[in-house]
Amino acid sequence: MNKKYDIVVVGAGPAGSTAARFAAQSGASVLLLEKDREIGIPVRCAEGVGEKGLETVVKIKPHWIAQEVSGVTLVSPSEDRVDIESNEMGYVLNRKIFDYELAQMAATAGANVLTRAYVHGLLFQNGKAGGVRLQHLDSELEVEASIVIGADGIESRVGRWAGLKTKTSMKDMETCAQVTASHIDVDGRYCQFYFSNEKYPGGYLWIFPKGNGLANVGLGISGEYSKHKSPLACLQDFLDARFPHASILTTVAGGVPCSPTLEQIVGDGLMLVGDAAHQANPVSGGGITSGMIAAKIAGQVAGAAIAEGNVSKKRLTEYVNLWNKAEGNKHKVFYKLKKFVYNLSDEELDNAARILLDMPKEKRTLVNIFKSALIKHPSLIVDIIKAFA
Amino acid sequence: METKSMQGISYRRDLCDFCGTCVAVCPHDAIELSENDLQITEKCTQCMNCVYICPVRALEGSDE
Repeated sequence: MNKKYDIVVVGAGPAGSTAARFAAQSGASVLLLEKDREIGIPVRCAEGVGEKGLETVVKIKPHWIAQEVSGVTLVSPSEDRVDIESNEMGYVLNRKIFDYELAQMAATAGANVLTRAYVHGLLFQNGKAGGVRLQHLDSELEVEASIVIGADGIESRVGRWAGLKTKTSMKDMETCAQVTASHIDVDGRYCQFYFSNEKYPGGYLWIFPKGNGLANVGLGISGEYSKHKSPLACLQDFLDARFPHASILTTVAGGVPCSPTLEQIVGDGLMLVGDAAHQANPVSGGGITSGMIAAKIAGQVAGAAIAEGNVSKKRLTEYVNLWNKAEGNKHKVFYKLKKFVYNLSDEELDNAARILLDMPKEKRTLVNIFKSALIKHPSLIVDIIKAFA
Repeated sequence: METKSMQGISYRRDLCDFCGTCVAVCPHDAIELSENDLQITEKCTQCMNCVYICPVRALEGSDE
């Protein structure tokens, strides 16, 4: 490892590894740092992705996929189950393998990768981010860089150190617990979402099949409501009631920021990607694909900025503009939708489910769901049409 | 059971998943989380965000 790179990426999740790969492909020297001892572990994620978005960033390999899914099942508070076929193939991934190989692809593109590298501060040069301080095993190191890319997940400390406002509000933080368990007997063709304002306020419970009776079962609730009962305790109740014979192979906990993208995700010599930038879909909390789409843009812009010798905030703002055009603007609309959906009472959710069940299956699309659910909120329909027109 | 108390908040390392959700919602950047330990610094104002957000209840108000 050298002491000086064009670009240092902090965090080797899907966004970090993708940013590193595209930056290295542009010819920049890149160092990718991961605090954990092994890339891909632990997996704090339900692992669901859509094919179309992901294909724009990486060629999907069959051995990354645990289960193909063709749609979703929405489950209402009184347990009406509505199957909805998706217009694209969905996958439940094996992220242990996926993350590992994304980092490997970054290395193949020319990036240096270092695990057990705990970054605990930034170096500053002329008032701008100029590298990182880190602990690797028992040694303290300083690495200089023209651009630091923070892909450090929800903690988003790289951004904080640079003076960006990266804190997540309690209401926008979904606090989550998940198990990967066997003997979860569900239809492998659908990812299931359970909604109930009483049981899962400001969030939902999910069951994502992984094949052969294995599934990710988890739930998230808004931090606005987690004071009285933890997501882990809620999940335990659900498992005891529904799957008393489940064998739990992994338990993880964590948070998902479900807000629009942070106001500031670039600075002089600094960029944020993925959860560090709040780039997950604010309704679903899904952040693999959107984080990787952002990271591809960020890596390319960073590489070009290095080649031009201009890493100013103004130059790096190209990333912000391209991200907003790709996904960021849609997320602003999704955020309005989130507030609408999570304000529905259990009675209203049950009514919506019954309306959907009365529709022929081929007409049950997400767009039609929104149409029927939003009749009382015409201004939101206009926003949605604008976002997708 | 391994408990340590800092700034009026008790921390159970045996329950902690090191997920960083507490760090993300701390308004004062008062929490230092490494791969195997957590420190709450004197910047803490006891707003209890970390206690309420913790998905596994590894943090608790000491006086509760």
